[in-house]
Amino acid sequence: MDLILHIWRQTGPSAPGKMVKYEVKGVNEHSSFLEMLDVLNEQLVTRGDEPVAFDHDCREGICGSCGFMINGEAHGPQPATTVCQLHMRHFKTGDELHLEPWRSRAFPIVKDLMVDRGSFDRIIQAGGFITVSTGSAPEANLTPVPKPIADQAFDAAQCIGCGACVAQCPNGAAQLFTSAKVGHLNLLPQGQAERYDRALSMVEAMEQEGFGYCSNFAECEAVCPKGISIDFIARMNRDYIKAKAFGSAKTAVKA
Amino acid sequence: MAVTGIILFGFVLVHMLGNLKMYLGADHLAEYGEFLRHVGEPAIPAYGVLWIARIVLLASVVFHIWAAWSLTRMAKAARPARYEYKEKNHTTYASRTMRWGGVILVLFIIFHLLDLTVGSVNPAFTEGRPFENMVASFRVWYVALFYILANLALGLHLYHGVWSLFQSLGWNHPRFNAWRSWFAHGFAWIITLGNISFPLAVLFGFVGK
Amino acid sequence: MKLDAKVPSGPLETKWLDHRDHLKLVNPANKRKFTILVVGSGLAGGAAAASFGELGYNVKCFCFQDTPRRAHSIAAQGGINAAKNYHNDGDSIFRLFYDTVKGGDFRAREANVHRLAELSVNIIDQCVAQGVPFAREYGGLLDNRSFGGAQVARTFYARGQTGQQLLLGAYQALERQIGAGTVKMFPRTEMLDLVVEDGRAVGIITRDLVTGKLERHAGHAVVLATGGYSNVYYLSTNAKGSNVTAAWRAHRRGALFANPCFTQIHPTCIPASGDYQSKLTLMSESLRNDGRIWVPKKAGDTRSPDQIPEGERDYYLERKYPAFGNLVPRDVAARNAKTVVDEGLGVGPQKNGVYLDFSDSIRRLGRATIAERYGNLFEMYDKITGENPYAVPMRIYPAPHYTMGGLWVDYDLMSNIPGLFVLGEANFSDHGANRLGASALMQGLADGYFVIPYTIGDYLAPSLNKPVSDDTPAFRATEADVRDRVSMMLAINGKRTADSFHRQLGRIVWDYCGIARTAGGLQKALQLIPELQQEFWKDLKLVGGADGVNQEIEKAGRVSDYFELAELMCRDALDREESCGGHLREEHQTPDGEALRNDEEFSYVAAWEWTGGGSAPNLHKEPLEFDAVKPSQRSYK
Ligand SMILES: Cc1cc2nc3c(=O)[nH]c(=O)nc-3n(C[C@H](O)[C@H](O)[C@H](O)COP(=O)(O)OP(=O)(O)OC[C@H]3O[C@@H](n4cnc5c(N)ncnc54)[C@H](O)[C@@H]3O)c2cc1C
Ligand code: HEM
Ligand code: HEM
Ligand code: SF4
Ligand code: F3S
Ligand code: FES
Repeated sequence: MDLILHIWRQTGPSAPGKMVKYEVKGVNEHSSFLEMLDVLNEQLVTRGDEPVAFDHDCREGICGSCGFMINGEAHGPQPATTVCQLHMRHFKTGDELHLEPWRSRAFPIVKDLMVDRGSFDRIIQAGGFITVSTGSAPEANLTPVPKPIADQAFDAAQCIGCGACVAQCPNGAAQLFTSAKVGHLNLLPQGQAERYDRALSMVEAMEQEGFGYCSNFAECEAVCPKGISIDFIARMNRDYIKAKAFGSAKTAVKA
Repeated sequence: MAVTGIILFGFVLVHMLGNLKMYLGADHLAEYGEFLRHVGEPAIPAYGVLWIARIVLLASVVFHIWAAWSLTRMAKAARPARYEYKEKNHTTYASRTMRWGGVILVLFIIFHLLDLTVGSVNPAFTEGRPFENMVASFRVWYVALFYILANLALGLHLYHGVWSLFQSLGWNHPRFNAWRSWFAHGFAWIITLGNISFPLAVLFGFVGK
Repeated sequence: MKLDAKVPSGPLETKWLDHRDHLKLVNPANKRKFTILVVGSGLAGGAAAASFGELGYNVKCFCFQDTPRRAHSIAAQGGINAAKNYHNDGDSIFRLFYDTVKGGDFRAREANVHRLAELSVNIIDQCVAQGVPFAREYGGLLDNRSFGGAQVARTFYARGQTGQQLLLGAYQALERQIGAGTVKMFPRTEMLDLVVEDGRAVGIITRDLVTGKLERHAGHAVVLATGGYSNVYYLSTNAKGSNVTAAWRAHRRGALFANPCFTQIHPTCIPASGDYQSKLTLMSESLRNDGRIWVPKKAGDTRSPDQIPEGERDYYLERKYPAFGNLVPRDVAARNAKTVVDEGLGVGPQKNGVYLDFSDSIRRLGRATIAERYGNLFEMYDKITGENPYAVPMRIYPAPHYTMGGLWVDYDLMSNIPGLFVLGEANFSDHGANRLGASALMQGLADGYFVIPYTIGDYLAPSLNKPVSDDTPAFRATEADVRDRVSMMLAINGKRTADSFHRQLGRIVWDYCGIARTAGGLQKALQLIPELQQEFWKDLKLVGGADGVNQEIEKAGRVSDYFELAELMCRDALDREESCGGHLREEHQTPDGEALRNDEEFSYVAAWEWTGGGSAPNLHKEPLEFDAVKPSQRSYK
């Protein structure tokens, strides 16, 4: 199939960028979206043009490296699918596709479709962990975790940190990402000791990074490749409000 | 936001229920107005409770608008460069129209106060006769239409607002998540239908002949 | 050079404990005076960096991805082994040890493997405490399954995303230390060389992948945890960025590279669909429990599978191995698939696969049961191929998956260069000639959480209060070398992209040093590879400069190392005149096509020393002795 691509080209973080048009011919319907870009890049390099920079690694939908907007949708039109797992058979000849990087103040553009998601790491640094140093863990089966709780925690823990939620949110909010980690750890018995501190400090870190405020658009949930539910946002709000109202230490003792 | 939302939500509900007295006749409605002006007397002077309520209401609206404004600015700041290709929408129309819907509501409220409380845009306005004022107003088709449209906007705003409120306050649980949505639907519809019924009733002559 | 593995004396069961008790310690107050450079943030590197930080060392950690959470370990699906014996089915540390040594076809060091089995239980405790959401039973306790043909249920899993969850656990521990300031993270940074001074590893040269700047980092010790080299084949199940560069450049600086030809080819992957194919996707091995593997009897049969009558199908595994049928071990399944495809019996548009057919199972068990067992795998297959495996048989083909070979390390995980430690898939240590399912994750975490934090102290303690500096002749010279290499590549200005060379090289290695190897083929490869390498250095095309993001430079640098590695792999494979584990030399088979080991002559680790590009590498042998387990020949007939 033949496609027309409009791709955001930007040489560096502070350089101005613009959409540039490319025609790609003879795309195989079984190739993945990134393989289609590989083919384009190979052509660009061969004729001496700079290839399009984009992040990717596993190409199996699990590492969270890849991701950009395709016609206004984070990771493109297929639900629960990262761009590396999006295959060209979902497009047809003559389609015009507009590829843009995630746009968010907290995700500065590095180059072309590549952004810096370091802000996500800093949110995790603020409390997205359980304080347990190597060697200090008790026997694993000492604390049973009811299966439904473990399953729910798992649902949240699947987040791959891709940033699609932020990219699609009209407010540029990082609530889904943050709440997925808060939800994962706050549900488990192991995470209880730091539960309210975690909610407080991670929400604050999120605000400091310059993400927007969540007004419950639920766009994030619609594009999340792992189908993380906005129920986790409500959960996080609950823990955050409790911690704010009663103080994190006190709430933890009470709970 | 959520707190002011609850107050405003409470007000429109009570206001709609109060206005239902219209169907009982002009005097009932006037009595009700009178009651509002004098409730609490003699412990509290006339208009006392009303003014307290008005102040709370005004503060809520102001704070609500301020919050909406600053959150909108935060959202803009969080995405300084817009997308070249407009984002697709995956969710409800209601959620996407909160801001413009809110602006319509403010315009409506201003007009509505001038129309039925102050009376400056209502040539037939008589102090203390809300029923007659209303009928006079709604007889003009475009005024009635404006009321209807504004209330549809209100419905949307309330639908998303109420659902959003649960989410913002963290009131969720698998067992009542479905119920949350019914609640938001239900109340938005009740208030909208109730409110829209007034201009329609006048326009089609069921009331105020 | 005499290779000393420094395996402690004493009985196997207490070697590690005794050794630990006698390692030198660094006083807590002094730990911050030591800088440790950890290259890699996968399970091995992430666990090590976090643990060093907790201990109070001053740590710098490097990865080429934009955040440590994306290391290739994230992609592991199946699970992680541990000898917890929660199932009361007779598992024990000894049994896990035994299975691992046997699985490795008696080409691993007993003492290391035993330690691995001992530590496996601590790993599970640690991960659960970190919040890793392992699968649980209804009582709330941990669930296990049997994996990869093991006789006991000792595999802990987290849906099909075990690697992800374990890595996130390590990543979170690492981020905690980064937040606490003990670890400084350098994402989007690639190590391009090792700095050796007076025979010791004292630092690394890196390239900032955003600015393109070369940087020097000095440390008291360098820890490499940079993963495996399956991508030498171009098409593999590894992440695109997985590479041998860090390990290889260390090799060029003197670190020995052990058993490079020991690579694992996984039998059940989705076949390539065209020239544009950039990687291969693994489908869980468990599918072979209910799927039947077949090809048409007639070469070039273009009928759709449902049109081919039973009598015209060859269920070749069931035919050749009646006892095990479709459940023969990975290497046997892989080899047989290659044989039928090479005979022209392959299926699919590219004729490069074999059928894995579920229609019998669906008929026997019902679609619902199959959906329950493999639903998500079927969905993944459908997503990638656009075919519905409930209706048409899956097509599968083997793909490179894991590399048992790697930098040589002693019992303390230190290479032959003092101060250079190697962990995880990057070292050669625990899996011998073949790795068992669910044991790579175990090894990465054992190395990172529970071995290196102890053994590194023993190396560091004597150098207390010796400051490190990056302004020394060795640093300057090494940085200049790296700079020259980058400029040299940029200066070629030829016509071919790095990828095109990589693809061609991968094809050669796959054809001659893949599933099955022959002396003739390997010799041919040893001739083709240098030719292609020369062409690379004459005809490579790069665009852009050395500054800023330039993914072509990254790729070209990696490919340039793969040429040298590929050559060494073939040399090693040629040298090892036996078949063992993943290394099958067609000349060395039993009459019924089984791998034939030669313990008399080849019971050793082949550790190769770089002698400069022009000359043949030197082989050093570390003999392997088996006290606890007696080598036996396997048979699956
Ligand atoms: C599809 C798949 C499924 C698997 N499933 C299982 C399973 O079920 N069970 C099991 O036990 N094993 C499994 N494995 C194997 C296992 O995942 C790996 O062997 C293991 O995760 C390797 O971990 P590591 O820490 O050694 O390296 P990696 O996780 O590969 O980490 C390498 C790190 O080094 C960094 N790095 C590399 N080169 C450089 C450089 N030059 N400069 C700077 N940084 C660098 C990378 O950024 C990364 O952080 C699977 C493997 C694959 C491919
Ligand atoms: C200028 C006028 C208004 C504007 C700009 C406005 C805007 C908004 C916005 C943006 C929200 C979403 C905030 C969030 O979910 O966090 C919101 C919520 C809400 N609004 Fe308004 N609004 C206005 C007037 C009103 C009026 C008149 C009412 C009552 C009738 C009202 C009731 C609500 C309610 C109940 C919520 C939900 C609060 C929550 O989710 O926390 N709004 N409004
Ligand atoms: C069709 C629907 C509506 C009707 C028929 C209606 C009718 C009235 C009437 C008759 C009054 C005057 C009461 C009196 O002076 O005694 C009034 C006042 C008011 N209405 Fe409405 N109203 C409607 C909808 C709304 C809505 C949707 C809002 C707000 C979002 C609103 C806000 C107000 C306010 C703030 C006052 C002034 C109350 C006061 O005296 O302080 N009304 N309305
Ligand atoms: S919540 Fe979903 S969209 Fe957001 S980062 Fe995680 S996986 Fe990506
Ligand atoms: S789309 Fe944005 S507003 Fe909240 S619910 Fe999702 S973060
Ligand atoms: S490349 Fe890993 S998720 Fe897409």
